[in-house]
Amino acid sequence: MSQRIPEDLQKKGLRRRANADVDKLTAHRGMATWGETLVPLGDFRQAVRKSGKELTSAERLVAVKDYLEASSDDTLIEGPFSKIIVFGGVYSNSFALHALLDEAQSRRPDAVYCLGDLGGFGPNPETIWPLLTESAVRSIQGNYEESLAGGRDDCNCGYADPRDNHFAEISYSYTARNCSSEFKRWMGGLPKRRRVRVGQRELLFIHGSPRRINEFLFFSSTSVPFLETLLDQERCDGILCTHTGLHWHRRLPSGRDVINVGVIGRPANDGRTEVWYSVLNDEGDRLSVEFLPLAYDYQSLASAMRREGLPDVFVETITSGWWTTCLEILPARERAASRF
Amino acid sequence: MDHVTPSDYPSAELRSLDTLWFQVGGTVCNLACSHCFISCSPTNHTHEFMTLKQVETHLEDAVALGVKDYYFTGGEPFLNPEMEDILAATLRVGPATVLTNGLLLDSERCQRLGALAGSTEYSLDLRISIDGYSAEANDPIRGEGTFERILTGATRAAAAGLNPVMTVTEVHRDNVTSEGRQRFFETLRDRGIERPRLKILPVFQIGAETERSGAYESWQQLAKDDVPEDRWDHLQCSTSRMATDQGVWVCPILVNEPQGRMGQRLADTLDSFPLSHQACWTCHVHGVSCRT
Repeated sequence: MSQRIPEDLQKKGLRRRANADVDKLTAHRGMATWGETLVPLGDFRQAVRKSGKELTSAERLVAVKDYLEASSDDTLIEGPFSKIIVFGGVYSNSFALHALLDEAQSRRPDAVYCLGDLGGFGPNPETIWPLLTESAVRSIQGNYEESLAGGRDDCNCGYADPRDNHFAEISYSYTARNCSSEFKRWMGGLPKRRRVRVGQRELLFIHGSPRRINEFLFFSSTSVPFLETLLDQERCDGILCTHTGLHWHRRLPSGRDVINVGVIGRPANDGRTEVWYSVLNDEGDRLSVEFLPLAYDYQSLASAMRREGLPDVFVETITSGWWTTCLEILPARERAASRF
Repeated sequence: MDHVTPSDYPSAELRSLDTLWFQVGGTVCNLACSHCFISCSPTNHTHEFMTLKQVETHLEDAVALGVKDYYFTGGEPFLNPEMEDILAATLRVGPATVLTNGLLLDSERCQRLGALAGSTEYSLDLRISIDGYSAEANDPIRGEGTFERILTGATRAAAAGLNPVMTVTEVHRDNVTSEGRQRFFETLRDRGIERPRLKILPVFQIGAETERSGAYESWQQLAKDDVPEDRWDHLQCSTSRMATDQGVWVCPILVNEPQGRMGQRLADTLDSFPLSHQACWTCHVHGVSCRT
């Protein structure tokens, strides 16, 4: 809602500003800005002191305790298991999903979980549906499933940058056009969270974060105190998420775990064509967390994407291992590790 | 507008305290930009620099409340002589983003900041403000000769491994078109910034901006019944607070309003806040987020 200034007025503004600059440099001597008005600094400070609350130490403890109150969750607990495979972000990559299911056959886990974002980026979204159901993969909804099942006109990925959103729109409109209403309805029937016991530990599975389906939990932009608080509020021993496309694991000072399982739909912006999934093992007093690279027939995926007319920049990511789109969401550290 | 009470307005709950802002540079700035929404200047001491000790008190509170990330603004944060110690203390508990005008990013400072960023597992993000892809567009707003100095600072930061996010307001219509963005990227690449990053922000019609573009119309205000379906989740005040040298405010925008101050410590500010200011309307309409 900014007021657009016509060019001729802007030029006038320049001349005025020559004097205004001097005023601006000295205007605040002994004065404060209160809203739009200059007032004596002392008056501002006095008004500030009168505003707001000042709780006692005891009241502050109560306020913080109330704020941190645990949330209730009646999700049924699955398991207990001793070994599971967990992956996220299929992005319509049926070739990688095939490879993952082959791996699962040889590794023989007790269960296989998918943390959502079945569509987007890749070609022919419907092809992954039978693979998931026939191999009894236990899935949860990502923002993609929520949006497709709810008939939203965007993926609700949570990007803030117009370039990120531009490519997200291309992916979403292609996927929405190429999914049957039956597939979308099935997506809408998936749960949004699962609780899974691995050994003694109760783990919460969600897509983005326990608070928001499209929250980005990157390693370098998510503080440890924040994660400890989430685990306290959710009363669980670990959280597994995806959504960012980059896998990471933190063992917290409390001994609990937060694991972003990454995605199998596209490479992890690391210059490798493999994608990543995770294997969790109960080892008695500790949980072992392993990220494994998954090689698959990426050349066939690239050909299928070209056939479907998907953008060349998407194909480039598949064949080079480097992200070419949706980069603006990355925090400084993750962006510094990118090629683009 | 006379005799209004907080109950005349909708109220935004603090859903979760994800972000803590610090008005670490106060309202003191080495520039006096014509669109500054809190009219910062070299003589504006409405808010003073924060001390390391003040920041540490809030960090301790923030850790107990599970804050996810930290943002630093001013004024110009790097005028604060304790700024680098403040960043080091912050990066021990979470990621930090600094909103700076880039003028004080000399090579030595960039080297030190680069080393600091390399010593932590959290991101240190620099956001450098600029108002156009040419001196003709930028300098009338930010000051004579600033365009070159800003880009020089940005280039030094990038060379030290701190690829900055260039932050632009919608002051010039050109800035927000895709051609305008492309020109920005080209300008930055020409300076050797290989992976240019850009963020565009709306302009708030408060502070110095009222003289430049005219203030709000009376209808640009939220009414009690204006509550949208997602409540106020799109507003910063539902997920953040702003600490200054004088206490904790509801948001970064309203630090020039004494009524925006909610308390002394974070624990005093966990209640909801009435959306009575016209800047609340801008936040609502634009879904303003200062995130990258």
